[in-house]
Amino acid sequence: MSDGPLHLAVALDGAGWHPAAWRSHDAVPGALFTAAYWTRLVTEAERGLLDFVTLEDALGPQSAAPHRPDDRTDQVRGRLDAVLLAAHLAPLTTHIGLVPTVNVTHTEPFHVAVGIATLDHASRGRAGLRPQIAPRAADAGHFGRRTTPQLTDDDVRDPELIAERLRPLFAEATDVVEVARRLWDSWEDDAEIRDTATGRFLDGAKLHHIDFEGAYFSVKGPSITPRPPQGQPLVASLAHASTPYEFAARGSDVVLVTPRDRAGTEAILAQVDEAVDRVGRDERARPLRRFAELVVFLDDEPGAAIRRKERLDDLDGATYTSDALIFTGGSGELADLLLDWRAAGLDGFRLRPGAVPHDLTAITRRLVPELRRRNAFRTAYGTGTLRTRLGLPHPRNRYARPC
Amino acid sequence: MTKQIHLAAQLPGIHNVTVWPDPRSGSQIAVDSFVHLARTAERGRFDFFFLAEGLRLREHKGRLYELDVAGRPDNLTMLSTVAAVTTHLGVAATVNATFNEPYEVARRLATLDHLSGGRAAWNVVTSFDSFTGENFRRGGFLAEADRYTRAAEFLATTRELWDSWAGPDLRADPVSGQFVRPGAGEFAHRGTHFDISGRFTTPPGPQGHPVIIQSGESDAGREFAASDAEVVFSKYNRLDEARAFYRDVKGRLARYGRSPADLRIMPTATVVVADTDEEAVAYADEITRAQVSPQTAIAHLEAVWGRDLSAYDPDGPLPEIDPEPDSLVLKGHSVFRTGRAETARRWRALAGERGLSIRELVIAVHGGQTFVGSPHTVADAVDHFVQTDGADGFVFATHLTPGGLDDFVDRVVPLLQEKGVHRPDYTGTTLRDHLGLRRPTDTGRSSGNTREAS
Repeated sequence: MSDGPLHLAVALDGAGWHPAAWRSHDAVPGALFTAAYWTRLVTEAERGLLDFVTLEDALGPQSAAPHRPDDRTDQVRGRLDAVLLAAHLAPLTTHIGLVPTVNVTHTEPFHVAVGIATLDHASRGRAGLRPQIAPRAADAGHFGRRTTPQLTDDDVRDPELIAERLRPLFAEATDVVEVARRLWDSWEDDAEIRDTATGRFLDGAKLHHIDFEGAYFSVKGPSITPRPPQGQPLVASLAHASTPYEFAARGSDVVLVTPRDRAGTEAILAQVDEAVDRVGRDERARPLRRFAELVVFLDDEPGAAIRRKERLDDLDGATYTSDALIFTGGSGELADLLLDWRAAGLDGFRLRPGAVPHDLTAITRRLVPELRRRNAFRTAYGTGTLRTRLGLPHPRNRYARPC
Repeated sequence: MTKQIHLAAQLPGIHNVTVWPDPRSGSQIAVDSFVHLARTAERGRFDFFFLAEGLRLREHKGRLYELDVAGRPDNLTMLSTVAAVTTHLGVAATVNATFNEPYEVARRLATLDHLSGGRAAWNVVTSFDSFTGENFRRGGFLAEADRYTRAAEFLATTRELWDSWAGPDLRADPVSGQFVRPGAGEFAHRGTHFDISGRFTTPPGPQGHPVIIQSGESDAGREFAASDAEVVFSKYNRLDEARAFYRDVKGRLARYGRSPADLRIMPTATVVVADTDEEAVAYADEITRAQVSPQTAIAHLEAVWGRDLSAYDPDGPLPEIDPEPDSLVLKGHSVFRTGRAETARRWRALAGERGLSIRELVIAVHGGQTFVGSPHTVADAVDHFVQTDGADGFVFATHLTPGGLDDFVDRVVPLLQEKGVHRPDYTGTTLRDHLGLRRPTDTGRSSGNTREAS
């Protein structure tokens, strides 16, 4: 793993990951709900030849607390639907992967699968799915169909406690990913036959009911959408504890983890390995890519990045903390860190720009050339799908008879 | 006064409209097909591009229905893509109020309205069918009688969500440090079908509310159209019945304090253009026969008869045996669900009267093209239909994907423009502008009183 090409993704969210990022001098906070804003960001990411972008989303407004809504008015509140946003960006880009976050606690599994399959058609094989459970009980009130566990202030200090409390939601999310993959397979690649002799457009023998019956829901199938170009679009999930590691080991193609240092990277990757063993995944057939997460404030002038972060902290009235390590520094230092951590067994990184466009541009125009100087990053996009770029095989269709 | 004609294009995703054996027939799912048709419509200065919805593949005699030209995208997702490669064309989708929740529909449509710069529209439909429900965790939970009460409450709730942000709520003011005003997005709805509260995630798009479309000809459907819709789709594309429908629906508007101009009525139609009327008639006949293949004719008959009729000759007479009214052989299609004994009687009478074979009968009742002729003939007919109040315009479903509207746009649209009944260029930017519809009066937080002065 550590000698292959380094994979780089960026996580786009509002004006950046710092809650006061929208007040940076180069931010355009009034444009956050426009197509032009997102087009500019994703075009910039593509200019840096990044593997993919993720788009954050949730079925409730942002909050300073992970587990309940707040009344703050001095931070970005409000979002666009990430799947539609990704689909909009598809024809305006050519190579970069588009991976929207989708809530899988409240969204119908059928809609999840069909939406992402459509994104894969629209982007010609560049779609991904980042399934996310609903950690906020209040969001359930937006739907009025169920309740979900209310996390306490104590719970949210410990990822293992969070995962413990939300375990049923992870189990359900595992079923959602399974259903999505079955629905993606439910049309064989040659199901559309256009047979004039018999008048049949479709071959019913190549369309499959998925007949999923789980503890939480059942779905009959088949999909309404033909099999997407990637067969099964990329599934990437963020994980901080044993339960979500297992969730990733069962259903994801990429697991996103949050170590604090090199030793922590080794420890977490060992836990991921254990989860892979526990669920009996054969990684030769179904590789799992391991990405680490970092929030980055990137300036080559010494001390500038930390000063920028502290200024935003002052504006926000609190020191910004994150589940991921917050890096402040220059591109050379960041390249050192990425290559050091990678040696512990990572395939790549998902970088969360502290403020955009500044930190995104620093990634594409400073970090990427720096990595290239060290022969650690591509100099051109290859051909093929997002899966191909990540070295993942085209998934065999579970319903197709081997020929 | 001369009426302006409103035009929409639809890429079919089911049924037998698409003449797929034609060598020019392209992919029904490739993004290029959607882009081609949408760009053609925009070149013809159409009002909007429309994608319908079907959330379960149909089944016929217990098997997946192989004659269906099925395999379609999630419509809102594909329309978001289409919006990126067009600049003025409206983008309209059917979204089912049964298998979705107001919160997610409201945010997806608000998103599409933002991303398209104010071009989104929603065709509100409800479904009660448990067959489609098997694809959803909630199942087929809705009683038929509750369809329109759910649709009405769903729409009202969705509007409350759109109104939960007032225009000025989004401040994004780095000087004061206020991104939103207090209470932005707060909502609470307590009703029969929905009991929800909290915060909505998405400020309203440029149109305030996307354009609301309704389709359905029942009395309850017409009333819903009159009270709530801004565009109505109908199946009435014969002038006499279209005019009756038009008069009836427009006549209902006053009861809701609305004027006839607040609602556009747009039947679904097809169009066949050739150099001469004779050539067009011949081509239309060819299209119709391709749409109603021998196999399709038998399948349609089976759907009405409720039994296997595969032994019958499509070019022979109708079966002597009677329909089985309680057996449903085609699942996932609302048209063949009820009143089949009566339908069969009518079909027999018609076939007897005109001496029609099975296939000829199915062509007579389902087939045929709406506007057929030379460019001048079609332009005159379309114009006449609208000026005599059969419609305000049409949704053209294309028999060829993606080039089915090329001839109409290149040869008929210029004639309509010459007549002064179709815009030579867009004069506005939003779909409401194109349709001549008012922006909805904000009923929510923007109506003046906000909870806190700011």
